Amino acid sequence: MSTNGLEGVMQSGNHACAKIRARWTEFSQWVNLDSNNLSDGQKLAVKYFTVAVILFFAQIVFGMLAATQFIYPSFLYEILDFNVNRMVHINAMVIWMLYGFIGCVYWLLEDESKTEIVGLKLGNIAFWVLTGAVTLVVLVYLLVQIGPGKTSSLWLINEGREYIEAPRWADIGIVVVMLIFFYNVVATFSKGQWSGIAGVLTLDLVALAGLYVAGMFYMTNITHDQYWWWWVIHLWVEATWEVLVGVIMAWSLMKLLGVKRKIVQTWLYIEVALMFGSGILGLGHHYFWIGTPEYWLTIGGFFSALEPIPLVAMVVHAVYDSGSHAFKNGNHPALAWIIAHAFGNFFGAGVWGFMHTLPQINLYTHGTQWSASHGHLAFFGAYATINIAFFYLAIQHWRGNVWMSGQSENAWRWKWALGLLNVGVVGMTIALLIAGYEQSFIERAVEGSTWAGYFSAQNHPSFQSAMIWRWFFGLVTFAGLILLIWDLLTIGKTETRKAQEIISE
Amino acid sequence: MNDTPQPLWASEAFWKKTAIWVTAGSFIVLVVLTFDSLSQTKAGGTRVPAYSVINKKIDYQYQAKLFKSIPVIGENEFLFGKELTEEEAFQLVDLGKKTSQAKNCMNCHTLLGNGAYFAPDLTKAWLDQGWLSTQLREDAMVKFLIDPEKNARTFSSNRKMPNLAITEAEAKGLVAFLKWMSSIDTNGFPYNFKTIYAEQ
Repeated sequence: MSTNGLEGVMQSGNHACAKIRARWTEFSQWVNLDSNNLSDGQKLAVKYFTVAVILFFAQIVFGMLAATQFIYPSFLYEILDFNVNRMVHINAMVIWMLYGFIGCVYWLLEDESKTEIVGLKLGNIAFWVLTGAVTLVVLVYLLVQIGPGKTSSLWLINEGREYIEAPRWADIGIVVVMLIFFYNVVATFSKGQWSGIAGVLTLDLVALAGLYVAGMFYMTNITHDQYWWWWVIHLWVEATWEVLVGVIMAWSLMKLLGVKRKIVQTWLYIEVALMFGSGILGLGHHYFWIGTPEYWLTIGGFFSALEPIPLVAMVVHAVYDSGSHAFKNGNHPALAWIIAHAFGNFFGAGVWGFMHTLPQINLYTHGTQWSASHGHLAFFGAYATINIAFFYLAIQHWRGNVWMSGQSENAWRWKWALGLLNVGVVGMTIALLIAGYEQSFIERAVEGSTWAGYFSAQNHPSFQSAMIWRWFFGLVTFAGLILLIWDLLTIGKTETRKAQEIISE
Repeated sequence: MNDTPQPLWASEAFWKKTAIWVTAGSFIVLVVLTFDSLSQTKAGGTRVPAYSVINKKIDYQYQAKLFKSIPVIGENEFLFGKELTEEEAFQLVDLGKKTSQAKNCMNCHTLLGNGAYFAPDLTKAWLDQGWLSTQLREDAMVKFLIDPEKNARTFSSNRKMPNLAITEAEAKGLVAFLKWMSSIDTNGFPYNFKTIYAEQ
């Protein structure tokens, strides 16, 4: 290449960089956020929240692509096949929720420990390492997609196990980053002060990080493979994640409503007892049909049937406390999302889970759209909602702790975002439930689960129209998300009033 | 704050202890059951047969008393016309299992009912009546896996499996893996399943 050519490339590269920088400056000026309003821990938290929102967006985009393929199977055939879109859809979800949780913990850490975060520099490095790794993993998912049937494929490309597809090198990276996060939490509480919330949080993080290791082994025996795989998936989303949101909820009820610490901590212990008491052995509902012994039918059926109880307790807790404080709170959108969380968790994880958890019913519903129906409402209701509540808390403080209420300027945006997202997800849930019912009847009960039976259920008009409705409500969800992002970028921009002071009794 | 003594059920300390005991107790029970389940499901046991089961005919029989079908391991039925030792069988199934992960099968199909719902369950794919004849089954499966586009079987759904660059060796491994998986005792799941050997 001639020097001129090289210079030309460099020049146009510089030009492009300058353009991007100018756009970014313009964008930052438009958003107009002042990071001086945040403590160091909070600054770290909002980094996690920012990536969480971007991945949330990716989750919905790839969900829409996969939903489209149910209606037009040749759409993006052999370019971005269903398995790729679906993998990115569920992985983006798991990762954005984890980013959200880490952000929530960094957000409350300094306030709860009454001291400054200890390993701030390390925390920042971990953030960039994790974000770099996630970007690389997604690029490999999209561009390489699959590999030959060798160990190296599982280490470098994708592990091929639903929800924890990240290749092994990334698994190791995730564990290291989690250890740094864990160190930050423990060291900060140790330097400052411990509390009941801090204790539960710490023990929960030990379990959460430790369980991930159970998913880092290759096994030829698929029964053993799925046995350990469920240790990660179930004991994360139906045990440790639930306790984590219990912690986050406890802290936010103190901050938003001024509920007494003694009350939230007592509730938190009750929730932990009920959640782990039902959820740990409730793991058995995944061991009905994978080759494991028959006693799991009894143990899994019984304990998983109890799993909704702690979720009822959380609804009572949130609603009672809101009522007893006459809904006086410092951040209306955040409280609205907390209430959405309490009900979403109860209906999505509790009711929708219970509906097909007994083995007598699960025999027909396992591996059908029932699970997809439950999955959509549960992940959204239990985890998306509480993260969104924290996004609103964060943006309020980022803007200088301004007034944020139903009467704020452009309050229609947060109300409509709340409405569209909830209606969208509930709509998808119902559509998928209808598809699941139809599959259970036609494919399972009538046709005896053969491939011909599977396809006669898939080709049935009621299944087909359910897929169209799911697509439509996916679009509603997408619209809600775009509105949510717009609202998060603009809410409180012109607000001059300070937020209502809430003091914990 | 008032200093009146609180009933036990409203005391923070009581619930803290309860939470610790319940969590520890449940976890210990889970660990004990895990040891038992893993030993009962080792390849070579009654629930999960040895890999060399791919040398045999696998079928299901409905047990009216139990209200479910249970696996029946029958006479010799070699895969690709060759009897394999335990080690050779393991190697072949292992290649298939690894391939199933590297090709990300689970994000379209379900295996033991777990995965995605865009394509049919693979738990008993080996025994599915869709292969029409037990004589042609092995070759049909290998051909399909190597070039699913040309050998597409969409059951008029228009959903076609994409070409996943599966080699012949990998395809044979996958068939072995599917045959072995079909012999696992899944407590009667999926219910009412009719194998390729069942009377039409």
